Amino acid sequence: MWEKTCITLLTAHPADRLGGLKLRSGGMNIEKAIALFLALVLAVYSYTAFFEMDYLLPPILQRNPVWPSTFPKILSVMGLIACALVFLNIEKSEKQVGDDLDISNWRAYKIIHAFSLIFGMVVYALVLRPLGFIGATFIFLFASSLLLGEKRYVLLAIICLISSLSIWYLVDDVLGIYMSPLPSWLSTR
Amino acid sequence: MVEGLLIGLQTVLSIKNFLMVVGGCLIGTFIGMLPGLGPMSIIAIMIPVAISIGDPSAALILLAGVYYGAIFGGSTSSILINAPGVASTVATSFDGYPLTRAGKAGKALTVAAIASFVGGTVGAILLLFFAPALASVALLFHSAEYFALMVVGLSAIAAFAGSGQVTKALLMTVMGLMLATVGEGAQFNLPRFTMGLMDLQSGIGFITLAMAMFAIPETLFLVLDPSRSDKSGEGSSKIKDLRITKEEAKQIAPVIARQSIQGFLIGVMPGAGATIASFLGYAVERNIAKPSDRDLFGKGSVKGLAAPESANNAACTGSFVPLLTLGIPGSGTTAILLGALIALNVSPGPRLMQDQPEIFWSVIISMYIGNVVLLILNLPLIPYIAKVLTVPRTFLIPFILFFTLMGAYIGQNNPTELLFLVGLGVLATILRLASFPLAPLLIGFILGPMLENNFSRASQLYDGVSFVWERPMTTVLLAIAVLLIVLPSLKSRFGKVKFFDV
Repeated sequence: MWEKTCITLLTAHPADRLGGLKLRSGGMNIEKAIALFLALVLAVYSYTAFFEMDYLLPPILQRNPVWPSTFPKILSVMGLIACALVFLNIEKSEKQVGDDLDISNWRAYKIIHAFSLIFGMVVYALVLRPLGFIGATFIFLFASSLLLGEKRYVLLAIICLISSLSIWYLVDDVLGIYMSPLPSWLSTR
Repeated sequence: MVEGLLIGLQTVLSIKNFLMVVGGCLIGTFIGMLPGLGPMSIIAIMIPVAISIGDPSAALILLAGVYYGAIFGGSTSSILINAPGVASTVATSFDGYPLTRAGKAGKALTVAAIASFVGGTVGAILLLFFAPALASVALLFHSAEYFALMVVGLSAIAAFAGSGQVTKALLMTVMGLMLATVGEGAQFNLPRFTMGLMDLQSGIGFITLAMAMFAIPETLFLVLDPSRSDKSGEGSSKIKDLRITKEEAKQIAPVIARQSIQGFLIGVMPGAGATIASFLGYAVERNIAKPSDRDLFGKGSVKGLAAPESANNAACTGSFVPLLTLGIPGSGTTAILLGALIALNVSPGPRLMQDQPEIFWSVIISMYIGNVVLLILNLPLIPYIAKVLTVPRTFLIPFILFFTLMGAYIGQNNPTELLFLVGLGVLATILRLASFPLAPLLIGFILGPMLENNFSRASQLYDGVSFVWERPMTTVLLAIAVLLIVLPSLKSRFGKVKFFDV
């Protein structure tokens, strides 16, 4: 679904673009969509700051001029104003800065590769403890390189194995940060 | 002072301490080059090593060497792969990376090396002469002024984001400040905005956020558009040309001179530090440049590269002033150094110069030596460092992603942190596609806790917010902050003068 949303975002006609990207259906460009999304996040944040935090405060601290919720309250107001300014395009931003990708040309880009790598990182995070550092790292490096089109399998396997072993040694033994090298059911430490 | 200098020289020039400087610079440069691993994480990792040395001067010399090395290495990764591991080298990538893509990576690295060397050396000389005087100026600032100063810093960063970008930068700054309120701060001892998640109890890691904002979008862009890395490949073939022309030397000399001094002065102010120094340095140089030169900024200008590089190195040196003379850390990195000093049984403050002069002076002398070592080490090593570009993208991309993941994991030792990293990284990529500037978010996040602490302290002293109008200095600073935001927005709205045009 996520991919579908992104592709919808990316398929707008170049002529509809203003600054970022326009969505044909709603006539809303990507900047406004982001401002709206951030306004939603801010609404939740503001609700917590204004209505959910103060009852936790011990009575003695309530005499303080500054409460834990004071600064978040100020930020909520400022954030909502900034969202409104971006949404209303008060500055008339018209051009993209930097050398970022031209999203109107999305078909030329390898979206599937990007999503697979994001998925790979999530999987790496989830299997790092159960599979152990060496196994998880080896699989992550090997699979990502294959995905990106590496064909020298033996060389790749050797490089991935040497790097996962040497990085584990560096982090665990030299720097003294404990990382379980083996799957959790094999690990003795 | 001469006596102090002699004590310092004597301490630093012992073989052990000299090796500490060289070793620290080397370790710092190599680890600092890895995207996402900035001085904070490297120093944090090196603290156990430094403490095991036992001798406080040697330990501090080692950590200071690591600090300069990491800043230097950070600029290298900013220039070569547009992945600044450190907030203070973000501005370096604005012009450094376009130079690399234009096939001038060698030149960019040389300019960075020279600018850093001069910035660091000028900073060390200024520190030597002005430390006591500057400390007394900084003493005049109360928490109300610190608060106002940070507001000015944040507004300046938003204001300098460029035409049509100010409101977006402002929104991103507020987002960064909001992210900084997540977790259990030292001030209130109450968990805030943790949504009941234990993993958010200690807040979002700076390293995680920094990598999510810079390294992940850049790598995903490399994946999405293979021609981007091909262009870097072309650049690396011309890496041998390290020389800069006489013309370029003439262009960058005044920039380096101005920014070394300005950077140092900004570095002395607590909370400002290398990040603000580099951004302000970049913005100031762009605004005072001739219109023809200004158009080059952001597209590979040597001036635009030299400005943040000399400013951030001078500011690093400057940030030692409040640390050594007042015991107040001026930045996240010096805060970690403060922790290391306390662990070594040294209490920095006005008495340090009298009680343990060998520590105070040896750190200052080690700065000169560190700068020379960095120049000697890095200039000849540049072609080898740049070899990282000739690695095929099928190897490079998985390894950058892996180092990014490792940086976040080592910092927190928690796999959930990796999920935060990926989630924030995807969000950052979408924000970048819509051309929202990401640096203000990260800077807001770094300054957030300090801003809130100083605001709370000032409010407690004045029992409310009356400090805003009762302290003239605060009023003036806050007025400057408002002007900084309003003026460019209005100008952009009515399109009269494009003062802050990118």
